[in-house]
Amino acid sequence: MSSATVTTPLPRQALYLAWRSVLRTARQPIIIVPPLVFPLFLLAINASGLDAATSIPGFPADSYVAFALAFPFIQGSIFATNTAGTNIAEDIGTGFFNRLSLTPMRGSSLLVGQLTGVLLIGTLQAVAFLGIGLAAGVEIESGVAGALVLFVLSLAICAAFGTIGLFAGLRTGSGEAVQGLFPLMFILLFLSSAALPRDLIAQDWFQTVATINPVSYLIEGLRSLIITGWDGEALALAFGVALAIFAAGLAGSTAALRERLVRT
Amino acid sequence: MESRDANALSNGDRSTAARDNGIEVEGLVREFKKGPRAVDGIDLSVSRGEIYGFLGPNGAGKSTTVHMLTTLLPPTAGTARVGGHDIIREGAAVRDVIGVALQEAALDLLLTGREHMRLQGGLHGLSPTEIKRRGDALLERVGLAEAADRRVGGYSGGMKRRLDLALALVHEPSILFLDEPTTGLDVQSRAAMWDEVARLSNEQGVTVFLTTQYLEEADSLADRVGIIDLGRIVAEGTPEALKAEIGRPSVEAAPADPGDGERLAAVLERFGERTPAAPDQVAVRLSDGTQELAGVVRALDAEGLRIGNLELHAPSLDDVFLTKTGRRLEGAGEEEETGEHVLEPVPA
Amino acid sequence: MSRRSRYLAVVRTVAWRNLHSAVRSPALLLPALIFPLFFYMAFAGGLSAVGDLPGFDYYDYNAFQFVFVLLQSAAFGGVFIGFSIAADFDSGFTRRLFLAAGDRSAVIAGFGVAAVIRAAFVWVLVFAIALATGMEVAGDGVELSGLLGLALIINVAFFLFAAGMMSRMRTLQAAPAMQLPVFLILMTAPVYVPRDLLGGWIGTISEFNPMTAIIEAGRGLMAGDPFHVALAFAAAAALATVLFLFARTGLRRAEAAG
Repeated sequence: MSSATVTTPLPRQALYLAWRSVLRTARQPIIIVPPLVFPLFLLAINASGLDAATSIPGFPADSYVAFALAFPFIQGSIFATNTAGTNIAEDIGTGFFNRLSLTPMRGSSLLVGQLTGVLLIGTLQAVAFLGIGLAAGVEIESGVAGALVLFVLSLAICAAFGTIGLFAGLRTGSGEAVQGLFPLMFILLFLSSAALPRDLIAQDWFQTVATINPVSYLIEGLRSLIITGWDGEALALAFGVALAIFAAGLAGSTAALRERLVRT
Repeated sequence: MESRDANALSNGDRSTAARDNGIEVEGLVREFKKGPRAVDGIDLSVSRGEIYGFLGPNGAGKSTTVHMLTTLLPPTAGTARVGGHDIIREGAAVRDVIGVALQEAALDLLLTGREHMRLQGGLHGLSPTEIKRRGDALLERVGLAEAADRRVGGYSGGMKRRLDLALALVHEPSILFLDEPTTGLDVQSRAAMWDEVARLSNEQGVTVFLTTQYLEEADSLADRVGIIDLGRIVAEGTPEALKAEIGRPSVEAAPADPGDGERLAAVLERFGERTPAAPDQVAVRLSDGTQELAGVVRALDAEGLRIGNLELHAPSLDDVFLTKTGRRLEGAGEEEETGEHVLEPVPA
Repeated sequence: MSRRSRYLAVVRTVAWRNLHSAVRSPALLLPALIFPLFFYMAFAGGLSAVGDLPGFDYYDYNAFQFVFVLLQSAAFGGVFIGFSIAADFDSGFTRRLFLAAGDRSAVIAGFGVAAVIRAAFVWVLVFAIALATGMEVAGDGVELSGLLGLALIINVAFFLFAAGMMSRMRTLQAAPAMQLPVFLILMTAPVYVPRDLLGGWIGTISEFNPMTAIIEAGRGLMAGDPFHVALAFAAAAALATVLFLFARTGLRRAEAAG
């Protein structure tokens, strides 16, 4: 009787778990369709309902669609939080996590694998939102290169929010608890510069909240590529915030995974 | 092999076990927060190639023991070696040599059987060619070849258990842990599972550690049985030896006329002591064994008692459990607050 | 006990049970409470500059958004009670209620009473917070009562919608199917700006959306400048009537299904 003495390299482990994550994502239309449809729907409503806002002195765009196009990217990322968290929570609840624990699987490969599914949804979203925006007549001021940077930034944001979902899922082991995060993140999205630029927010308290809210910088970074062109400061802040959220989420997920993976 | 009291391995026995045995456990303890000890100092040894049945009611500590021996749960105290590796210090090496099918089949309903094989084999470091070869063979072996490309969400309970067993074997482990593998299965599926487990042990020399709450399963499948109750092993040995220790068969009878119960009891009690029986029946454990049965029949005839039912029972593992604990194994399955299913670790 | 007394007793008992559950499990109540407050703060706070647009003639943007949030919370408050009905169907408790009640519509009416009471609680809280954060009220007592009346009818109408949906679906899995139509009908009304500042497809849809008349009338009452109030009440009443029939046929189907 042989015993497996080969330790599977980490990239290979991650590949297998990523493969599983992609399969699961592809086989659940319910986690693909709402993150695509709902943000677009809200964009359509807001773009039409708030088109008059472009008349506010100092409004930075002629078209509210162009201004608001960044919004669905962030909203879609919130769905990513949900997906990542509920998937891992489901694995814990069903005992599949134990099955994986009994293999030579390393914790980091599990995190990488789970995030792969999230990035798949993020890619579909980015393509859809950009495509719809272009079809609606939006011009990307930063050009083709800017569109690529937009794509990369949106994936970075997706991954960042994904780690938050993973942390919640690993910490609680409960899909319901992860779902409970969704309204909170939605609130975070609305209490930002999503609807109007920060300098045009008339209420001081709201402007203060939007300034503190890291989501504002993510939106402004994405938006700058669409309506401004190349704004180094906005991009640096956006990438910086995304990286900071990713790092914090990853640290939290790793700690939660270590606690969850109590195997000797 | 004779039965012996639990926790009485001699030093000599242990050193031998350390060299030869698949599994050696010494003083294993597991405490959970807010509860009594789920496992309260157990010692056992399992020889290579043996099928060891770990029998006990719900909440006895079976699953907790399995979780510790398979490295999913650190023990609070005590030591254990599985396949020659320490479960605390050499966890990864232990996982290399064991296959595990836990109480819940724990499958991904969105993946097919074959995809499960691919994932499990891949994580164990097998090449794609090897995964395909072993996976196809195992799926064929457990009767899932035709269903292999269907999603597990459409499998029956029996099919899920069989896939679970196949997955546990993909990396050809030398030791197999099965945690209540036939709970919830129909009779045919259970029999098929037993056949497969016996074959693994007999033909491939796999050491099997099997937990169960079914007497028949332990009795017919296991080479040796350890009976656990409230976290401690109360008896250990071959099924035959354990039953022989109890020794004596019992006779159980029901009068044709329900009003003759007292008279029936009076006659039977001449042949042995009363034991618990079904309602409207009387049972005694025969003092001198089966040869007394003829005497029983003659005595009943002499009293003019008409009998509706008369049965001779050989001792069962349930009788062993009753002798050791004062309770029947069947019906002792109340969920004790031993924390059996609560895996909240106690801080070190 | 007379038939009327029994009917009222069932209504009281079912309403009490739902309210009691909400008090014991605040998690059931919190979304209905937090979301209106949040939307008010986000819209009134974040978009207040919209109130300075040329052509925006309303007297106070806070009040403009408050009316929308009030009616939105009335609609969703009615729908959330549908979740309670669905949960009872899932658990089989509805069957127990139907067996105990002489007239099964009393069970539904009990849920409706609970919906109104829960909504009223939310409205008081949102109104208090809006006032505390500077909202100006231009309408008098009669006009505000009219606004409240509109909100009540909307609450009942959307409760009946939810009751009709849940009687047909009989499972909590169908909850998204309830929320989406409500969301659509609300968000295609003049939410952020008045109708004459709305352009594009939203502007077109809002012309035909019954909620437009109701929201505009509500804003008129709030401003002390009643506008198409009769039309609004007629629209609300028509909506409620149609949805009453929807709920009643749903109840018949649920009874037939056992």
